[in-house]
Amino acid sequence: MAKVLVFTETTANSVKSVTLEILGKLSGQSIDVVAIGDVPEEGIKALAAHGAENIHKLKGDNLDKYSPEGYANALKGFISSGNYDYVFAGSTALAKDLFPRLSGLLDSGMASEVTNFIMEGDNFNGTRPLFAGKCLAKVTIQGPKPHFVTVRPNALGMPESPSSGAGNVQEASGSAGEIRAAIKEIIKSASEKVDLTEANIIVSGGRAMKNAENFKILNELAEVIGATVGASRAAVDSGYAPHSMQVGQTGKTVAPSLYIACGISGAIQHLAGMRTSKCIVAINTDPDAPIFTKADYGIVGDLFQIVPILTEEFKSFLG
Amino acid sequence: MNIFVCVKQVPDTETKIQPSADGTFIETSSIKWILNPYDEFAVEQALLIKQANSGATVTVVRVGGTKDTEALRTALAMGADEAILVEAEDNLDSYMIAKALKGAIEKSGKNPDLILTGKQAIDDDCLQVPQLLAAMMNLPSVSVIVGFEDGEKLTVKREVEGGAIEVYEVSKPAVIACNKGLNTPRYASLPGIMKAKRKPLATHSLADVGVTADDRRVVYSNFQLPPEKPPGKKFDAMDEGAQRGIVKEVIGLLRNEAKVI
Repeated sequence: MAKVLVFTETTANSVKSVTLEILGKLSGQSIDVVAIGDVPEEGIKALAAHGAENIHKLKGDNLDKYSPEGYANALKGFISSGNYDYVFAGSTALAKDLFPRLSGLLDSGMASEVTNFIMEGDNFNGTRPLFAGKCLAKVTIQGPKPHFVTVRPNALGMPESPSSGAGNVQEASGSAGEIRAAIKEIIKSASEKVDLTEANIIVSGGRAMKNAENFKILNELAEVIGATVGASRAAVDSGYAPHSMQVGQTGKTVAPSLYIACGISGAIQHLAGMRTSKCIVAINTDPDAPIFTKADYGIVGDLFQIVPILTEEFKSFLG
Repeated sequence: MNIFVCVKQVPDTETKIQPSADGTFIETSSIKWILNPYDEFAVEQALLIKQANSGATVTVVRVGGTKDTEALRTALAMGADEAILVEAEDNLDSYMIAKALKGAIEKSGKNPDLILTGKQAIDDDCLQVPQLLAAMMNLPSVSVIVGFEDGEKLTVKREVEGGAIEVYEVSKPAVIACNKGLNTPRYASLPGIMKAKRKPLATHSLADVGVTADDRRVVYSNFQLPPEKPPGKKFDAMDEGAQRGIVKEVIGLLRNEAKVI
């Protein structure tokens, strides 16, 4: 049995769901969880229900907000005292920034953004996409322990019948050390929507949207089905949407349950970024568009006619 | 002022990727190589800083295969002053690359005032090297940068989930990893391309910069293409009269067959 630490981020009233996906997959190992600062009560319950033995709340000066150095230094100290074989985290914006630095401080290797893994005895065996998902490969880690792994949100799925753990809550003190890169201000996005990389449903628009204004019809559909709106590179490069909305090889790689592609032809670099979506619906006037080769349900038609009908029908279906 | 830009050479985004016959990497013989798209933003940012600081020099550093030198040539043609190439296989892991970059920067004899990189390379998509390099060199780092202001300290904007922005104040020297949206990379001009041929290019081996096979941390095997999806259902909804019925049917399938809503 490997000794594993899972780093979790909290949300307003719980923990990020990717943490629970990871815990489910680690069932059978000795699992501790660490968070920086407090963990909401709901989060503690969920972590325990998914197998956490110990839940460590790491606290100290200058850890009230994220800094790459502060978090990495504090976690390095905590990890060094714990004899962990593996340290996991969800591949979120924060962990993508933090974990490489942390692994570097400990001279250890890290597998980035795996989409699946198994523990064979004490050993991690992962699968990860490379070249934006055009290829998959097995990945293992060697060299000094602990080994670091980040896991793509939504890729593992929630465990159906998780085995619970003791869920002992403990406080630990962490030292942030010298911070030379510090957050001075956070500018909130106008949208309060879940990020594309964590979204369960995505509605995406391509060049056929014709202008930024027309994204309104996608926003209306997204509103009804609780989706986040994305865009193809063609739409972003034409100025219809900001880069933060881009799905594809030079944008975000996503894996939602449902991806609705509207007026997207399906360039290789776009397909690479969304092909692992569980279910893909494509709407396009061109019956030969490559996107249809990846679609579970293809609708050959004009998005400006189809999308509003989808919105209406979803509204009455879900309403 | 010494500015270093770390770049990688990657397959063009429109390239079809095929696993190599032994499954340990990809087939590289027929690939069109380009400068990693995110690194273009780093090169451009370095050149903008150079324009504002007379006497500043921009050195591009790359670790990788030597069959093609597109990435370094592009950066030099855009306006970088000199280049360093650490000759290596194209399948090193992030740890080895970061260690080699550190070795090459130290070997140059110039103390870096700023190190710029792309936020990720679009080949292995690890997003590790900038932060690893910063950890190894004991420097601060900020990644996924969409705004940059020079000064006594740097003020940089980092993009996080949902398009929110974290504004950081960073003391120099630092490692800054650039994202699309930071600037608009210039095209290499014809005179720039001609001049690039005469700019200094130092080459080192991995051993020269202190990297050995023991430094490998991540091992890949069994490269394969992702499984093909079975063909889906396609509906012709060009006729307006049929549209509502088709939409209803698809929604039914999403609920009952795909079970995603």
